[in-house]
Amino acid sequence: MTWEEMLPLLWPATLETAQMVGWSAVFTLLLGLPLGVALVVFDRNGLRPAPALKSALGFVVNIGRSLPFIVLMIAIIPFTRVVVGTTIGTAAFVVPLTVGAVPFFARLVETALREVGTDVVQAAQAMGASRTTIVRKVLLPEALPGLVAGLTVTVVALIGYSAMAGTLGGGGLGDLAVRYGYQRFETLLMIVTVVLLLVIVQLLQSLGDWVARRLSHK
Amino acid sequence: MIQASGLRKQYGDTVALDGVDLHVREGEIFGVLGQSGAGKSTLLRCVNLLERPTAGTVTVAGQDLTALRDGELNRARQHIGMIHQHFALLSSRTVAGNVAFPLEVMGVPRAERERRVGELLELVGLEGRGKDRPHQLSGGQKQRVGIARALAGNPSVLLSDEATSALDPATTQSILALLKRLNAELGLTILLITHEMNVVKSVCDSVGIMARGRIEESGSIADLIKTPGSRLTREIFLLPEPAPAGSVTLTFTGDPRQPVVSEVVRKFDVDLSILGGSIEDLAGGSVGRLRVALDGADAPAALAYLRGSGLIVEEAA
Repeated sequence: MTWEEMLPLLWPATLETAQMVGWSAVFTLLLGLPLGVALVVFDRNGLRPAPALKSALGFVVNIGRSLPFIVLMIAIIPFTRVVVGTTIGTAAFVVPLTVGAVPFFARLVETALREVGTDVVQAAQAMGASRTTIVRKVLLPEALPGLVAGLTVTVVALIGYSAMAGTLGGGGLGDLAVRYGYQRFETLLMIVTVVLLLVIVQLLQSLGDWVARRLSHK
Repeated sequence: MIQASGLRKQYGDTVALDGVDLHVREGEIFGVLGQSGAGKSTLLRCVNLLERPTAGTVTVAGQDLTALRDGELNRARQHIGMIHQHFALLSSRTVAGNVAFPLEVMGVPRAERERRVGELLELVGLEGRGKDRPHQLSGGQKQRVGIARALAGNPSVLLSDEATSALDPATTQSILALLKRLNAELGLTILLITHEMNVVKSVCDSVGIMARGRIEESGSIADLIKTPGSRLTREIFLLPEPAPAGSVTLTFTGDPRQPVVSEVVRKFDVDLSILGGSIEDLAGGSVGRLRVALDGADAPAALAYLRGSGLIVEEAA
């Protein structure tokens, strides 16, 4: 296979991966961040203790985390059909990717928020700050470097998940590797795909690390 | 200004506060002295209800905090400043941002906030450091930021939770001097907890000595010093206790250059041996404590003379 033949395959596949991962990352952030906050706020020692609710949330998160992604992807096909109206194509796979990544990210959010010292939270309480203010102006800003690091790890994991989605008709680089590398023994294309994935992951990780470092004032 | 009655705090079977009554008068610096585990931190946190007491009431500036609901309590807390052992500054904000935080909580408009932050930083001697990050400051400077932040809401009361315990001795003195100045200039009532007698000696007008969840002795330092056998006096002056048999311990306040001892020796037929003693500078003035042995025929008359000269005379059995 020549470069002229490979480029028209690689470029759309890369875009599809970027779309799947990008949209899933956005939805994961929107859903996982509040879930992570809830896990901390409703904790026994949290701002608004509600141990039963916290246990229930934790249980749901653990279910999501314990299912292998490939199984989850298949298991929620009916749900995907309800949400997007189809179960194939890039858009359809944003649903399982999001469902798979939300619990993962929520736990990372929880960990990052727990790193915020109880002393600053209590200082804010002593100033008469409401719970909402404490979450918005103390917990989230103080945990921001950790949250960025967590998001980076989640995006990298999403790239891995998206390759699996490719095998079930989601398109993207994973799909390319299966169809050409596995089924047609196109070794060169396989190598190029691997290198491309490595470069993307490295760049994203470095970007995430850099942003987290910039935000940290410790 | 602060009145706590019958405070109890229990964690399961552990009793942290076992019926504490506390009365802090307006404009005074009240120190709660005790070792770690005595319950003083719990007591302080019960005053602004960071810990809700199991029983008892807390009144600050005439308002019964224990009767308030969440929103009302938050408004009341905006007028009770608090400073912390480890400063508790937000690393995500600049120095100015930290001082502005309580003003944001109170809903003060931006322009007003900026003006007030400038004033507060000047008040604590940090003018021009507003754009710095907390991690760029020394421990003493961090505590100054903490103090500026605590004063943002013009509080009538400042609570200090071991505010100098993480600082070196020289910095401790400068922070204590700042607290003393704020107390004098702003009429700020300060309730501080500490395990260091030095803090009590340097700034406090009154003291409560705490152990095992109770305040064992409390009152103005001037009064306690004059109370024979007070724990405060024994702990300030590190003379061996109990006093050896036959010894006499003299406590004198006011000008330490009163030649009472030489007068006694000249006027009476006694021999006087000094067993120990020192003079301590307290916030309210100097206090001396001298342990002597008086021998000779005139010893009882000499003691009577000492008593008559305004000294506190404690005779060991």
